[in-house]
Amino acid sequence: MGRFILGRLAATLPVMGVVAVIVFLLLRLAPGDPAAILAGDAATPEQIAAIRARLGLDQPMLEQFATWIWRLVHGDLGTSIISNQPVGRLILDRIEPTLALATSTILFAVLVAVPLGVLAAWRHGTWVDRAVMGLSVAGFSVPVFVLGYLLIFGFSMQLRWLPVQGYVSIADGLWPFLSRLILPTLTLSVIYIALIARTTRSSVLEVLGEDYIRTARAKGVTEARVLRRHALRNAAIPVISVIGLGIALLISGVVVTESVFNLPGLGRLTVDAVLARDYPVIQGVILLFSALYVLVNLSIDLSYLLFDPRIRY
Amino acid sequence: MSRPVLEIRNLSVPLPRGADRGYAIEDLSLTVAPGEIVCVVGESGSGKSVTAGAVMGLLPPVLKPSAGQILLEGEDLLKAGPARMRRLRGGRMAMVFQEPMTALNPALRVGDQVAEMLEAHAGRLGRGARRDKVRQLLADVHLPNPESLARAYPHQLSGGQRQRVMIAMALANDPALIIADEPTTALDVTTQAQILKLMRELQARREAGILFITHDFGVVSEIADRVVVMRTGRLVEEGPAESVLCRPQDPYTRMLIAAVPRAEPPPPRARPSLVSPVLATRDLTKNYGGRGLFGGGRPVQALDGISIALQPGETLGIVGESGSGKSTLARCIARFVDPTAGHVRIGGDDIALLPARALHPYRRRIQVIFQDPYRSLNPRRTVGQSIVEGPMNYGLSREAATARAKNLIALVGLDAGALARYPHAFSGGQRQRIAIARALAMEPDVLIADEAVSALDVSVQRQVLELLEAIRERLNLAILFITHDLRVAARLCDRLIVMLDGRIVEEGATAALFADPKHAYTRALFAAAPVMKAPPVEAVP
Repeated sequence: MGRFILGRLAATLPVMGVVAVIVFLLLRLAPGDPAAILAGDAATPEQIAAIRARLGLDQPMLEQFATWIWRLVHGDLGTSIISNQPVGRLILDRIEPTLALATSTILFAVLVAVPLGVLAAWRHGTWVDRAVMGLSVAGFSVPVFVLGYLLIFGFSMQLRWLPVQGYVSIADGLWPFLSRLILPTLTLSVIYIALIARTTRSSVLEVLGEDYIRTARAKGVTEARVLRRHALRNAAIPVISVIGLGIALLISGVVVTESVFNLPGLGRLTVDAVLARDYPVIQGVILLFSALYVLVNLSIDLSYLLFDPRIRY
Repeated sequence: MSRPVLEIRNLSVPLPRGADRGYAIEDLSLTVAPGEIVCVVGESGSGKSVTAGAVMGLLPPVLKPSAGQILLEGEDLLKAGPARMRRLRGGRMAMVFQEPMTALNPALRVGDQVAEMLEAHAGRLGRGARRDKVRQLLADVHLPNPESLARAYPHQLSGGQRQRVMIAMALANDPALIIADEPTTALDVTTQAQILKLMRELQARREAGILFITHDFGVVSEIADRVVVMRTGRLVEEGPAESVLCRPQDPYTRMLIAAVPRAEPPPPRARPSLVSPVLATRDLTKNYGGRGLFGGGRPVQALDGISIALQPGETLGIVGESGSGKSTLARCIARFVDPTAGHVRIGGDDIALLPARALHPYRRRIQVIFQDPYRSLNPRRTVGQSIVEGPMNYGLSREAATARAKNLIALVGLDAGALARYPHAFSGGQRQRIAIARALAMEPDVLIADEAVSALDVSVQRQVLELLEAIRERLNLAILFITHDLRVAARLCDRLIVMLDGRIVEEGATAALFADPKHAYTRALFAAAPVMKAPPVEAVP
């Protein structure tokens, strides 16, 4: 198994390489010139050219790429064109809100969706099942920004229970931290609840038809135990896969949600960087995301070992 | 005789509206005394499994007993609430299921699954005591190294071992009644013989009553004290095993008993004259595993130098248990899998190592009938579409292919209306007839029947075998007949090949091989096959 993990980690290197090349090329092919943006509307062509030279953007593309990669393998993500700060520093500054939001979203979604899905499967064909599935369709259909503003309107503006937006670090107190995380988490988790509940339902439903479930019932085991011990564990693998997929998709969901709730996270950093054509920042963030994505996938594959003894790497 | 452990009185279970009959079981009465093995025999749809489900309280919600009583040690189960039923299930009555491959939870260690039986019912037992009890139970069913075996997962055990675990589980709380639903049907004959012996032994020791459900009169004659014969939900005959087997009263019972293939080959047919074989293999070898990116897995030699020859018009039986390589042989010949080495000659051409593109002209000449008629026909295509597709692939016009399909569907004993219908409208036996028609539509040189009658009821099995006999006479077809069942092979095959671990251990004319098996393994197979001890009965038409 150690060999499997090493092999998979080694296999991430070419993946990251391809991502690096594509990100780099796409950014340069996209319209928009960071030097022009930086120089402002009133700048002369000479001023713009000077900025280009300072940033190294006048070098041949291959040379720019080589420079970037060379610094990258030495652990240097580059320097922001706009703020002049190291990209690594910028990412570190912004990672806490994003991490907090992503973690709370996935935890909340799993804690709500898995029991709902199991319940729907167990009460298959009843009103409980139809209600859960109806909610799940609704969850799929509501766009994140609509739901976000609706929640703000209801809970923050009408009821005044929760702050409208912003972020407070956990270091500054648990309630201030949580109270500002509740609405973004609700907003972002709805679609994952829908996705995970649906997958859980169909997976558990399939398992409940298996012979070993009948065996468990024939043993006089209680229904709760049949569901928990015999059904859920065997139904876990598709559910885990979808959760993994969800974590990967979360990256794009985070961008919109952070904008709606004005959270100073990586999503906002990315949007701002894209608008300003801040090449080094965009490249750094995307590389980070793709590395995370690969690690999430690896841990999902490894988690299969916990649930199905037949799987061996 | 003491009070019966199980007494079913006038039990009726209605079927939901729209079914082909009103009742799954109707007015059924039977008893099981302590220490008695009662065999419930019937074909699919006879209601024997519904009976088991009704006793255990495990029927699907659409099936609700409407009348009668089920008394377990005097207590009416139909009046017991869910909590009480849960106490009784696994406590006073336990069940052994047909499919040991799927009846155990794949994600839990077998020891824990046996222990769960104790946890659910004997809650006072401490952890250590429970572990000792599990070990004792596994030892009771003669599993080797109970200590380490308890920590194994089901997929690490053989089919026979899994069924032993199931039995150990059923015995855990010393139930008064054990219901065994076709417990040996999915097992190899040698394993079946061992499991039957084990059940006999345990039952003699524990005085439990056993309700043993089976479709196989061979098994009945091995194990039953009393026999109950069921047909379409009704009891047709009941009595001590000996009298039912030797002097069956009801015509249906006689038909069932007569349909059991007897392990006696019919007189040899006029042997086809020795011309050049239509199909021959030489040193055919197939290895699985041992390669791949990470080099995982031990290589398994599924076929080890197999050489066979099949004459036109001849039926060659390949007999072996699971894992013997008989199905791999069929797949290599049909080139569904690629042989590792060796030769497969069709006519004069070697197709063993031809690339997929070059195989096209040869595909038509070898056709296969598969085991499971429920899964081998595409449910979304009509029978007609399934039959004409192959010939049209080889350039026949739709009209000509349809005309051929009409002829063939008549040849296999179905009417032309069948062509417009979908597979779900047919029974298992009818589907297998369709599968045969589909194969014949290709006008093959060689027909491979891979366990083609194993999934069928005995009476249907007999009809399909008769059909195959008729067809091979008429079309002078060469058939490679792959089966685990010596009795079936005896009936149809001119020659037999016995396989074990990917090798041919014995080979010869059917009658000669039956009269004087040379190899120890062949003799073991013969000894294990459940054979009717009763004299043959005349079938009533």
